[in-house]
Amino acid sequence: MKDVNVLMVGVGGQGVILASDAMSEIGVLSGYDVKKTDSLGMAQRGGSVVSHVRWGKHVYSPMIKRGEVDFLVGFEQLETARWAPFLRPGGVAIVADVVVIPISVIGGTIPYPNWSQTEGVLHQYTNQVYLIPAPKIAEEVGNPRAVNMVILGFLSEFLELKPEAWTDNIRQKLPPKFVESSLRAFQRGAEKAKAMRQVKGVGK
Amino acid sequence: MKQLLSGNEAIALGAYHAGVAAATAYPGTPSTEIIENMARLDGVYVEWSTNEKVALEVAMGASYGGVRALASMKHVGLNVAADPFFAVSTTGIIGGLVVVSCDDPGEHSSQGEQDNRHFARFAKVPMLEPTDSQEAYDLMEWAFKISEEFDTPVLLRSTTRISHCKTVVNVNRERQANLKQAGFTRSPTKFVMVPSNARPRRNAMEERIIKLRSYVESFPMNQTIMGDRKLGVVSSGVAYQYAREVFKDASFLKLVTTYPFPEDLIRKFAKEVERVIVVEELDPYLEEELRCLGIPVIGKEFISIIGELTPEIVEQGAIRVGLLPAPPKPSAQPKAPPVQLPARRPQLCAGCPHVGAEYVLRKLCFQGSGSPGPIKKDEIIVTSDIGCYTLGVYPPLAALDTCACMGASITQAIGLEKAKVPNKVVAVLGDSTFMHSGITGLVDAVYNQANITVIILDNGTTAMTGHQGHPATGISARGAKATTVKLEKVVEGVGVKDLHVVNAFDLKAIESAIKHCLETKEPSVIIVRGPCPLNVKIKGKPSKVDEDLCTSCYMCLDIGCPAISLANDKAVIDAGVCLGTACGVCAQVCPQEAILKAE
Repeated sequence: MKDVNVLMVGVGGQGVILASDAMSEIGVLSGYDVKKTDSLGMAQRGGSVVSHVRWGKHVYSPMIKRGEVDFLVGFEQLETARWAPFLRPGGVAIVADVVVIPISVIGGTIPYPNWSQTEGVLHQYTNQVYLIPAPKIAEEVGNPRAVNMVILGFLSEFLELKPEAWTDNIRQKLPPKFVESSLRAFQRGAEKAKAMRQVKGVGK
Repeated sequence: MKQLLSGNEAIALGAYHAGVAAATAYPGTPSTEIIENMARLDGVYVEWSTNEKVALEVAMGASYGGVRALASMKHVGLNVAADPFFAVSTTGIIGGLVVVSCDDPGEHSSQGEQDNRHFARFAKVPMLEPTDSQEAYDLMEWAFKISEEFDTPVLLRSTTRISHCKTVVNVNRERQANLKQAGFTRSPTKFVMVPSNARPRRNAMEERIIKLRSYVESFPMNQTIMGDRKLGVVSSGVAYQYAREVFKDASFLKLVTTYPFPEDLIRKFAKEVERVIVVEELDPYLEEELRCLGIPVIGKEFISIIGELTPEIVEQGAIRVGLLPAPPKPSAQPKAPPVQLPARRPQLCAGCPHVGAEYVLRKLCFQGSGSPGPIKKDEIIVTSDIGCYTLGVYPPLAALDTCACMGASITQAIGLEKAKVPNKVVAVLGDSTFMHSGITGLVDAVYNQANITVIILDNGTTAMTGHQGHPATGISARGAKATTVKLEKVVEGVGVKDLHVVNAFDLKAIESAIKHCLETKEPSVIIVRGPCPLNVKIKGKPSKVDEDLCTSCYMCLDIGCPAISLANDKAVIDAGVCLGTACGVCAQVCPQEAILKAE
């Protein structure tokens, strides 16, 4: 079993913590030692959220070192750009097509970076960059709040676990009325990953 | 059973399985979840206390009554509770008493940084420090045992990365069915600290520490791990995990009992390795102890005394002083054009009831400027406190002049007024902070006739830490109905005659109340009332901008609402975020009446 370092980043209220909790529990159920830590600060008030999840034979530090992130999972574009230096060379950046403009941009001097700028930042560290239309997919499955499930589904394609490991946890974690749509969102995320990896020519 | 638990969950469960009967706290990051988790378990008395001093005194009373008790707080909370902390160290305990202090290195969500390990030595209280959730769980059992065996409170010290980190825990205990019944035994020489009783207790404290010194020598959770004997690392807390990550082959001494120290164990370890280093977060606490033992050691020479550690900081420091080889230079990376990334600061939410009052304060008191430097005579000083509303210091609201510690808004205002600054002074604080330590300040203002205005921003909850109840909410720690302490009654009761209660979303009413209070010659209070939208999940119909009426004056941007942005130089409102009919502050600010509230 390979060690896995995942950094999940986003903005307060996007479901980053729920997703990283799921990641951690799935890691434990799959036989890994797991540590995870969140930097929330005053995140519920619109600040950035960062979640470190580490799977390994024996994990010491809960925090991942700069340059050692295997998967940078961005729930928001600007936040993904901000944490790009944590990627290991050749790591995978998964970015949801979500833009949340911070108040400092409105009437401020530093503009919000466009996607090609963000992609440029990420490309300094890796050429494996995936921008996924997660909000659109979530909308299509009838649960606009399931953006985090689309992202988890996408990520699951890169990690060699049985799909049930993920879906069982999702079933357990969510209120019953959101389970079916969340599972559909997860499934669509996984399919999207398959399709995009074929285009990129990156096999398992 | 294996469970993934945060440090705070593990502390709560560990204490529960150790038979804790009473658990108290005032919420504070990163300690809040201890009581939140405890409140989900049956058979324990759990309370949100008015403040940390109250919390510890309640726990102390329960301990005197013969049952096991716990009080938890953030690092600065122990400053508030320092008085009972020293007092209970003097009297000792009956039922085991554990004080949990969660420090916040790096000030993720705090007004200051401090290393509470000093409190243990200062108050002569034994201290335990876990390095992960498993140890947090296990140590709670030990903490209560030590407390009872040595007639002492015990300090369990955690930090953000222990409290807010999930690790795998083998939950191998259960709560005993038959816990000790409460009962008080009269013992004035132990409980009544008049000088003649307190002096013998001082002797008992020192004797206790001597006994504990020999006890910790064989404490099973202090651990020596022998690897390469060229380098020996002494460490504790989460810093131990970073050290293991960075010094892969070294020998380690992991200390869990960090007051008093296992001196022989440390000496023995130092003899077995060629060179000793200390890896610790914040102050050179262990390092100084090793120096006192005559062990040559480095620590703060390579790891900063300031801020939260990361494995990277430890690694880079080690490379800098030659403890680790320098890494090979990375091959040149492709250069993309440098992109400056805008900051994302926390901000008040859409529909936040604090926005209106802070906007009016900026307009009235700062006269729209608020730039640093000597202020004009007719400007007003706004002293502030600790809570969500402190975010009003950031632009565009930028409406606050001070923020120091809980309750200080009112008392600093009194001091400024009594110093005879030429400006009027307004104090701003929240409902929870007012209960915590604002009341005594208000009593002082009435007693000493301070001509100040106090604005209580009453959002009906302790919002910043995640919506806990407090005395004015009428909601208990278990979420049940409790007696409500009415803010108005308290304010009137302490003797304030000039009291106003206004709607947080009515700018005119707020402005006229403030203007009125500034003219009176006595202490005045304005309660600005409106619910926290995150707490009560209010959803109003969103407002809209009439593009034809919008003249791009940007006045609506001055309230800093996250729902408002610009598109083609016109204001736009994000309907998914706006609380519209439940708020409507922006519509009152727009001079063109271009913002339309839904019908």
